[in-house]
Amino acid sequence: MRVTLFIPCFIDSLYPHVGVAMVKVLERLGHEVLYPEGQTCCGQPPFNSGYWDEARVVASRQLEFFKDAEVVVSASGSCGAMFKVFYPQLFEGRPEEAAAKSLSSRCFEFSDFLVNRLNVRDVGARFDGKVTFHDGCHGLRELGTKQEPRELLRAVKGLELVEMGENESCCGFGGMFAVKYPEISTAMAEVKCNSILDTGVEYVVSNDSSCLMQIQGWLDRNSPRTVKSLHLAEVLANQ
Amino acid sequence: MSTTQNQFHRDAERTTADVPRRAFLRKALRGYEVKRDETKATFTDWQKARNVAANIKYDGVNHLDRYLLEFEEKFTARGGKVFWASNSAQAREYILQLARDRGVRSIIKSKAMTSEEIHLNDALESEGYHVVESDLGEFIQQLKHEPPYHFVFPCMHLKRDEISALFEKELGSAPTDSPEELTMIARAFMRRQYIDADMGISGGNFLVAETGMVSITENEGNARLTTGLPRIHVALVGIEKVLPKLSDLALFLPMLATAGTGQHMTCYNSMFGGARQPGETDGPEEFHVVLLDNHRTRLLADAEQRDALGCIRCGACLNVCPIFKNIGGHAYGTTYQGPIGSVITPHFRGLQDWKHLSGASSLCGACTDACPVKIDIHHHLLHNRRNAVDQKPVWWEKIVWFGYVQTMTRPWFLRLANKLAPLAQKLHPLVLGGLFDPVRNWTKTRDFPEVAEESFHDWWAKRKEQSK
Repeated sequence: MRVTLFIPCFIDSLYPHVGVAMVKVLERLGHEVLYPEGQTCCGQPPFNSGYWDEARVVASRQLEFFKDAEVVVSASGSCGAMFKVFYPQLFEGRPEEAAAKSLSSRCFEFSDFLVNRLNVRDVGARFDGKVTFHDGCHGLRELGTKQEPRELLRAVKGLELVEMGENESCCGFGGMFAVKYPEISTAMAEVKCNSILDTGVEYVVSNDSSCLMQIQGWLDRNSPRTVKSLHLAEVLANQ
Repeated sequence: MSTTQNQFHRDAERTTADVPRRAFLRKALRGYEVKRDETKATFTDWQKARNVAANIKYDGVNHLDRYLLEFEEKFTARGGKVFWASNSAQAREYILQLARDRGVRSIIKSKAMTSEEIHLNDALESEGYHVVESDLGEFIQQLKHEPPYHFVFPCMHLKRDEISALFEKELGSAPTDSPEELTMIARAFMRRQYIDADMGISGGNFLVAETGMVSITENEGNARLTTGLPRIHVALVGIEKVLPKLSDLALFLPMLATAGTGQHMTCYNSMFGGARQPGETDGPEEFHVVLLDNHRTRLLADAEQRDALGCIRCGACLNVCPIFKNIGGHAYGTTYQGPIGSVITPHFRGLQDWKHLSGASSLCGACTDACPVKIDIHHHLLHNRRNAVDQKPVWWEKIVWFGYVQTMTRPWFLRLANKLAPLAQKLHPLVLGGLFDPVRNWTKTRDFPEVAEESFHDWWAKRKEQSK
């Protein structure tokens, strides 16, 4: 299959290795990977801030870049939810509505794509370590992805998956929320991270790097060198 | 920044720093979640029940014109009086005038958030009426001169020793650590109030159009005494509380109990159809229902968010909300706290003054998942944000997003920024966390990741070049 990657802007610049890992996994499974180089941001920051006109300017570019893709796979559940759930709302009643709905139907979050579209659980990965999984809220509640990443992790050789008490609790990132309401956002991170630390794991894994930026940011400041955060793709790329 | 927003920031900063209180709340709400999930599991199909409940409420809300008139007709046929209050001033004045006309001196109340909404106690007390809250939690909050912390559990933030100290100070009781003894202290005080009261004021969980009845759900039996003993009963109920049929309660009573407290049914569920009828030996001589609009019709006019009127005030969205759990109920500064409060307060009290509550959310969606009547709560927070901007954009935000659009529509510019970022980051420690740190709201409490020397875009371009 020809798989078109959507690498959100912050992953492009802060976590490029996540994209590299996705390429590795998808190619290992025998698929051709494409990457439209003009892509930037999905438009979620202004969209969530109420500036829908600005969001539409940026989002309409993305519609153009991904219009011919057979399937689009997002490195982030949140940005994937933007394509899948929010683009049809953003463009409702506008000329781009059909294109937005079309992209929505062709877009997948990474773990959802592997398990539900490709029907793969074991990607031939090996990862020695004790791991807990953090459900990013957009992946969990907007896209309904809960078991998929766990099924993939359970198939990884050498990996031990431990659930944390607060696995479905928000990490407190929430995009602009994290800087507009830093005290609330940080309190939420503290609850989340303490729950991660309670499990005694070496790694916290998620399908959303934005949550991991928040989690790792809090851990590095408050409990350095205890737990390392990894994107699901990085674990699955490991052999 | 509006004063309400400033206040919110200050309160949130203070309450999030209170780590022991946050842990106490979290533990209490965790216990609730376990109980709620057990009870939910006894439904044959909770999700189907939610769908049915959402449809019934939506029908009720969409046909208020029909169902409220039906309620009024049935209720007045048995001698009840209905007053239609467009706003809080009208509702207050009607109740005050009634108290004046009937020579009322003492008033007992059962739990009614509508009463908090219109500040009824203040109005009654300023005219010299003796007012006592009979719901234990509300009673405690009244003694503390504080509004409810949570619209279902008014004093959930207080520990036993704090309640004991309050009773000691206000009622002269002996200190105790026993919940039973604390309850008995309040009960002994309250019995006298029931007997002395001329007027009982209640809220209402549901209005049944078909039979013209007010349905009240409670656990302490205080609403029965409040409504049954005094000679006048006034129920102050929001217009959105109407249900078409009596049989609808077969779903809504267990659903409200399950979502609200994790109970199968609350201890007392009463139906009030009217005042004392000829030949009956007890009950109030008069029964008035005040139907409160107070901007509910403004929400009704918003087709996108109208489903928020379906709220049955179970509090489930507060109980699962990470914002509520961390800032607590008082920081909101509203009658209705938590996610649903953040949705409806801007409609009730003004979007520009209360839009910050819609912003103070990570949009995690736990509220929407928990809502028994499937209100699209967290998406409505997004809608409020959009509506606030459409109405009155913030000038500096407009500039920020202009800059964002320029960057994101010019990939070459974004690439250049990515190239310069590692250098900028090397200089960052010079201003880290200080006034000139552009990301100090992040770096004050969290580390920021290092920008990669090579972006994914560059890696891809290089790889493409090499494979040629």
